[in-house]
Amino acid sequence: MEQLIPLYVILPLGAAFLIPVIGRFIKGFQKTITSLVFLFLLALSIKFILNGINEPLTYKIGGWEPVGNIPIAIYFVLDGLSIFMLCIVNLIAFLSGFYAISYIKKYTAENNFYALFSLMVAGMNGVILTGDLFNLFVFLEIAVIASYALVAFGIEKEELEASFKYQVLGGMASLLILFSIGLLYWNTKTLNIADIATLIKAGTYNKILIFSQLVLIAGFGLKAAIIPFHAWLPDAHSSAPSPISSMLSGVLIKAIGIYAIIRLFFNMFAISHEIALTLTTLGVLSMVIGSLLAIGQWDIKRLLAYSSISQVGYIIMGVGIGLLILTTNGNKAIAALSIFGGLFHLVNHAVFKGLLFLSAGAVEHRTGIRDLKKLGGLSSKMPVTSSSSLIASLAISGIPPFNGFFSKLVIIIAAIQAQYYWLAAIAIVISIITLAYFLKLQKYAFYGKANNKINNLKEVPFTMCFSMIVLAILCIGLSLLIIPGIREAVMEPAVNTLINKANYLLIL
Amino acid sequence: MIVYLLCFILFLVGLFGVLTKRNVIKIVIGLSVMEFSLFLFFALIGYIDKGIAPIIVQNIPNAKFVDPLPQAMVLTAIVIGLATNAMLLAIAIRLYKKYNTFDIRKINSLKG
Repeated sequence: MEQLIPLYVILPLGAAFLIPVIGRFIKGFQKTITSLVFLFLLALSIKFILNGINEPLTYKIGGWEPVGNIPIAIYFVLDGLSIFMLCIVNLIAFLSGFYAISYIKKYTAENNFYALFSLMVAGMNGVILTGDLFNLFVFLEIAVIASYALVAFGIEKEELEASFKYQVLGGMASLLILFSIGLLYWNTKTLNIADIATLIKAGTYNKILIFSQLVLIAGFGLKAAIIPFHAWLPDAHSSAPSPISSMLSGVLIKAIGIYAIIRLFFNMFAISHEIALTLTTLGVLSMVIGSLLAIGQWDIKRLLAYSSISQVGYIIMGVGIGLLILTTNGNKAIAALSIFGGLFHLVNHAVFKGLLFLSAGAVEHRTGIRDLKKLGGLSSKMPVTSSSSLIASLAISGIPPFNGFFSKLVIIIAAIQAQYYWLAAIAIVISIITLAYFLKLQKYAFYGKANNKINNLKEVPFTMCFSMIVLAILCIGLSLLIIPGIREAVMEPAVNTLINKANYLLIL
Repeated sequence: MIVYLLCFILFLVGLFGVLTKRNVIKIVIGLSVMEFSLFLFFALIGYIDKGIAPIIVQNIPNAKFVDPLPQAMVLTAIVIGLATNAMLLAIAIRLYKKYNTFDIRKINSLKG
């Protein structure tokens, strides 16, 4: 099975280069190949999960074996956490790509769109798989450069401005990450994450390492749009074409932001209590401020973008509480529960935020309006869009029996058990605020008085409906992940990778 | 140590440019300056005093080599930097066509 690991990077990368060449001659090539590639990768990830991953699988690029315990090759590491992330990324990529088949007809350059889309997914898969710091930077740049171009895809005033802001802040983030990688290399003379982890454990713990941790938090925090690094997100995510917004909000900020943070901070660094406290504080801040900013928005996609900041805060808070407990040598079971909540919310957020952006795109596709004040009464004309959007809104604001309820519940229970009562209270209050602004969205867009100026309104085409229906079913279906038998099979390996640092070192 | 400090000052010069300049092109230049200060930093961490080029040939007993890995990383980073700069400048040209200005204060259709 190890031999199949590089396919996650090779296939999308190959598709990205084939599409501009062959897509020019064969009609429909670009749509078929992207859908097939992501469907295949999704099936492969599910196969890996069903097989069960107890210890990390590694693939050494170029087949360079380690010499005297010093790793030479670039490692691709597939463990519980990375297979879990790969599954989400390729699921959302497949559904967004399938949705785009009808949506993208209004733009001219379909080939370029699909090529950039595949390139972005190749970058994300690479970031998730790689076990080498500099390689992580390279794949991260592949993903973000493709996303810069995709945000500007409409080449209108707003898109260009959003892309420019995104590029300046994203460029600074990349430089901070590169700087931190340089500092780490200077200190340890190696780039392999597991190798650095062993060296740090052996006791080369110093001020430069702490400095590099802070620089990394700033760099990846900018990529993940944690407050106070969030300024670019509402512009970029609301200006991109809707399938891309759903990719950016659903998986990109998680794959290159949160995943990188938790992978490096759990598996590589020896964390001090202060750093864990900083991360948790940033998570709580973005949870609160993101939701407060979202209430006042009247643009559908901008509201959803601010809500992404708030929900990412939940994930960081869940993982951060786990990190806090681990640094104070507390009860490992509570830490595991808290991290489980964070990761569970991560997959749930990918599903329902992807769905919300797709349904916002469906509304925009048919009416051409994004302003909530001008919309209204769409529920009778667009039943699929309206009902799937309602399901996602209920799920994100934590109404049982949808998945969002269970993940928030787990995070809150873990916070109470760890005796962070204030955090639990804040999480509950923010959940109610979330409900408030999603009810606002539902009322103004889908219910209420219909706008008479919008004529000839009908449901969106099949491919768009299909993606939305699948995601709506997943919003209910993912609640099953809380059930003990399924939870052990899917989530436990991911949580164990983070709790047991020694597990990751097995790859050496 | 003084070289590292100068390198860090170069980084801050770039940061100053990005934060204070209002011209879109000058912001891009500021980012490039930051980028190149980092390339310099990478070249410095691979440098070993009186080291020679890391080519293994016979007849050099106990030779001191400079670290070749940061140089390889710098080459990769320069290529990536080229891509990001090209992308930024392409967007800057498009912005000029739409807004007829390079002034970042006048490019403000997105708010809230």
